[in-house]
Amino acid sequence: MADYNTMELMICTAARELEDGASIVVGTGAPNAAAMLAQKAHSPNLVILFEAGGAAPLIPEMPISVGDSRTTWKALMASGMCEIMETCCRGMIDYTFLGGAQIDMYGNLNSTRIGPDHQKPKVRFPGSGGANDLASFCWRMLVMTPQDSKRFAEKCQFITTPGWLTGGDSRAKSGLPRGAGPYKIITNMAVMDFEPESKRMRIIGVNPGYSEKDVQDNCGFELLKAKKIVENKPPTARELSILRDEIDPYRYVIGR
Amino acid sequence: MESIEQGIGKIFTDPDPDNARAFFRTKSRKLESKVMSVKEAVEKFVHDGDYLTLGGFGANRVPIAVAHEIVRQGRKNMGFAGHTSTHDFQILCAGEVFNRVDVAYIVGLEARGLSPNARRYMESGKVEVSEWTNYSLSVRFKAAAAGVSFYPARNMMGTDTFKYSGAKIIECPFTGTRYVAQPALYPDVSAIHVHEADIYGNCRARGITVSDFDVARASKRLIITCERLIANDEIRRDPSYTVIPYWCVDAVCEVPYGSYPGNMYAEYFSDEEHIREWMKTEEDPVEFKKFLEKNIYSCKDHFEYIEKNGGINKLLKLRDKEFMFVKARD
Repeated sequence: MADYNTMELMICTAARELEDGASIVVGTGAPNAAAMLAQKAHSPNLVILFEAGGAAPLIPEMPISVGDSRTTWKALMASGMCEIMETCCRGMIDYTFLGGAQIDMYGNLNSTRIGPDHQKPKVRFPGSGGANDLASFCWRMLVMTPQDSKRFAEKCQFITTPGWLTGGDSRAKSGLPRGAGPYKIITNMAVMDFEPESKRMRIIGVNPGYSEKDVQDNCGFELLKAKKIVENKPPTARELSILRDEIDPYRYVIGR
Repeated sequence: MESIEQGIGKIFTDPDPDNARAFFRTKSRKLESKVMSVKEAVEKFVHDGDYLTLGGFGANRVPIAVAHEIVRQGRKNMGFAGHTSTHDFQILCAGEVFNRVDVAYIVGLEARGLSPNARRYMESGKVEVSEWTNYSLSVRFKAAAAGVSFYPARNMMGTDTFKYSGAKIIECPFTGTRYVAQPALYPDVSAIHVHEADIYGNCRARGITVSDFDVARASKRLIITCERLIANDEIRRDPSYTVIPYWCVDAVCEVPYGSYPGNMYAEYFSDEEHIREWMKTEEDPVEFKKFLEKNIYSCKDHFEYIEKNGGINKLLKLRDKEFMFVKARD
């Protein structure tokens, strides 16, 4: 048995997506850990921004809020929400990490409610926050989430944040900025992308210890499969030591 | 201009710029002291039914003293801008202060999890909601601050967030590009916590600005709480630091540690222990009632609240933590 947990695996896999010189808007928790890991491991020039206004900090420890002082620690700029979101809307931001209670085959996300009555929901979640904005504006949306068939749902009960909407060219027709959209979905079991024509979710790699069948069995809709499905590489000793010793020594995000 | 599509959500405030201009015409431009207590400011400027905005970012540079005072004075039937509201939202839910909310981010406290009591209140059916996003509310304030009735943005299209909003989709007369027209939001009253202000209300703030400078200009009435009052001479010595001018401001209240238990940039970090206690206690409504009695209703002011939760020793620790001094974690 390899010596890492699923959260560590997801964070390391996600970090490898972020190339040197790219820009990213992140939230708290695992996405923040992935961006910090990328910066320390292989992308020293990754520009990290926070929607509340923090720009290019030297993050000393993981923030609790995307607006707390850690997001401006030795930063290049302490700005505001319009500054960050408009930098995204202008086309300067390559990546963002988002998540939700539900995700469908087109990468649409629900973080608003469960239950049919909008004014009296069964479960009320926070809503969009900046997620809808970032998914609309940033070139590539990444999702990092544990996989189960409830979360990977046939239909989102509420589309808070746009993925490829109803697939095909529906997103381009909606009026959202052209060329931006969901890019990769990173779970504890696999990495998925989106088939270019239909924009449906597609398995491109499975994690060590999982099969394509495991991935499909833990998904509420039919997944497409890439011609060649690779086995994803486990975290390296170097990645794990950076993650455990420098980024999350108190194991808030990576857990025990 | 005709709209291509429109949401079914309500617009809770009047976006008309001429109605706003008529109000701002009557607002005082007199350079006079506006210093008063938080109690007086809330009595004078926050009314039942008003639409309220709180500055900052949930638990960062938030006007906590004003939020507590609004609950203490029992304001009801208010409208509220749920613009990245976290601990502030939790406080207002505890007092069941509002019955309508423009939602961008509510109920949650980011990495800390969801507030059980805020969830109960929002799932009770007592609160009418319109859905928006963080950027949407930012530009709704920006439109109001600019004295226009909407701002075009490229978000929300194709989603249920748009469907349950009060926005409309329009086409650019130059390029044909589609935009979501975000209606201007002029709050009746807002409160913003800053680092420094003079007695007239000229303000300085450090760290991230969120949407506060637009909120200040968009609001009909504005309560400023500040860590420190500073001399007007200091403002005039270097006006480049002034971020909110006095003519936007109706009340200036000196409240050191006014963002506690939230974070204040370059002053003190958030009291995570106390915020955890809030969230934990909320699980049991009976216990939570006692908790509120102790921390809000029986407190004379913000200082009494802080005294009950560790006083100066706690604040010094939070200062160490903000600057990451040695052992600040303990």
